[in-house]
Amino acid sequence: MNQFRKTLRSAPPSAWFGMLVIAIYVLASIFAPWIAPFGEREVVGAEYLPWDDTYLLGTDNLGRDMLTRLIYGARNTVGIAFLTTALAFLLGSVTGLLAATVGGWLDQLLSRTVDVLMAIPALIFALLLLTIVGTSITNMILVIAVIDSTRVFRLARAVAMNIVVMDYIEAAKLRGEGLWRLITREILPNAMAPLVAEFGLRFCFVFLMISALSFLGLGIQPPTADWGSMVRDNATLITFGDITPLLPAGAIALLTVAVNFVVDWMLHRASGLKE
Amino acid sequence: MNSIWTMIAQRLGFGLVTLFVISLLIFGALELLPGDLAEEILGQSATPETVAAFRRELGLDQPGYLRYLDWLGGVLQGDFGNSLANQRPISELIAGRLGNTLFLALYAAAIAVPLALTLGILAALFRNSLYDRAVNVFTLSSISFPEFFVAYILIFFLAQSGAFPSISNISPEMSLGDKIYRTFLPALTLTLVVTAHMMRMTRAAIINLLASPYIEMARLKGVPPRQIILHHALPNALAPIINVIALNLAYLITGVVVVEVVFVYPGLGQLMVDSVAKRDITVVQAASLIFAAAYVLLNLTADVLSTLSNPRLIHRN
Repeated sequence: MNQFRKTLRSAPPSAWFGMLVIAIYVLASIFAPWIAPFGEREVVGAEYLPWDDTYLLGTDNLGRDMLTRLIYGARNTVGIAFLTTALAFLLGSVTGLLAATVGGWLDQLLSRTVDVLMAIPALIFALLLLTIVGTSITNMILVIAVIDSTRVFRLARAVAMNIVVMDYIEAAKLRGEGLWRLITREILPNAMAPLVAEFGLRFCFVFLMISALSFLGLGIQPPTADWGSMVRDNATLITFGDITPLLPAGAIALLTVAVNFVVDWMLHRASGLKE
Repeated sequence: MNSIWTMIAQRLGFGLVTLFVISLLIFGALELLPGDLAEEILGQSATPETVAAFRRELGLDQPGYLRYLDWLGGVLQGDFGNSLANQRPISELIAGRLGNTLFLALYAAAIAVPLALTLGILAALFRNSLYDRAVNVFTLSSISFPEFFVAYILIFFLAQSGAFPSISNISPEMSLGDKIYRTFLPALTLTLVVTAHMMRMTRAAIINLLASPYIEMARLKGVPPRQIILHHALPNALAPIINVIALNLAYLITGVVVVEVVFVYPGLGQLMVDSVAKRDITVVQAASLIFAAAYVLLNLTADVLSTLSNPRLIHRN
């Protein structure tokens, strides 16, 4: 614990800023029903009302409270992005570690498959798969998780490749440790640092991709509050000089910047570089 | 000289194989769907007759490999089949739009590449100065922004005052100057999105080299800093710079989809998004294939160019 506090104290201001922003987002998403002044799908007044005392940020294209939707958006958009990233990580790192440990034809098969999947731009591939399976939240989560797991696979395999050739792995094998134990107890702990940093970066990619898909009307569907579709639905206001639709887009940007700052700091620490 | 051509032929061959596998994947993705595509798309209420007609339309009553060969043969002759939604030939739908998308991507590249190179070289020249740090913060944050955020900020500041149109509805009859004016905002959005990464990599590639002995030698000889960077460091930094430029141009391909939707630009990306919503699978397949081909081609070009920029790589085999 003491060690942990010491590490935190050494964090640069940018990382502090990042952690603060992330904490605020997490709090907003957990306590959304208590913070938000209205219900998520509740129509509370006329459409496109300007900012005033009751509707702090005005209302949207259907007369729902903007601030409320913004707060619930933290829960939906960030929550779904987190879930997707976690799924992509589970899939990518398990296959990646397996490919590196087992080697041989399994490695060849998985690696070549990933090579082909990565030859198609991610967003285009997501659009293609969504056409085939249809647009829904579950489908989107699965599609993005599969596409993103290829990137995780690459990293996990590359990191594990350097570990499996070490002597202590040889020793563990001679001791008769099984594949599962070998991967979880011997290889994973040493591959953890780069994977955790990658988690942050992948989260940003997934988050931006989900926002882009929702913005295109192909991701999170109404009436669920989501930042990408909020921008799309209220975009007309911008041409009239109202910045309200920029707020959800800004919320996306702010979180991505914050995560990047924290990852930057973690990578810096992991690489052992000192100021 | 001969080895260069062998290298290019090898890479081209490899690119063709990749494209072939991609076409298999794009076509085969349909087969992976559990159940029947016709019923899936037409929905529960479809009568058996409409389902049968739909299956015949797509050729779903024939075995997969025959359909693939048929499709591939058509694609090689520029015939992508018909749209499911409105029965029009896809090549007709795509023809003008592909040109528009290429125009937008090239327009953005024409601004972004020289800008990124200049900013990157300047940042390397004046590194750790106030300018360097300001550029660093600016680029780090612009990497994290979603494209539509950048686009709407530009609309807010530039289109609202009437300086530039917020909707880039161009048509073939327009003069080049008019087109350039109307597509300025989408091009600027794409520029802002890709410049940051290219600039950072240019800076990093040059700074990496500045520690090498031959640069120190040049410095000790009394060569001015500007000349060291332009004549000594830049030629050796070309390979990574070319690579990152190609990578970002490839990124433009996906960025273009979102930006086209924001500015209602009549390009291939918008067609694709509309078709996904309508589940017009044949159009989406065609668009995916074109985007993927452009992506592979760009990576291939980068590979060849960066090999050419380094004589040691050419004469290796």
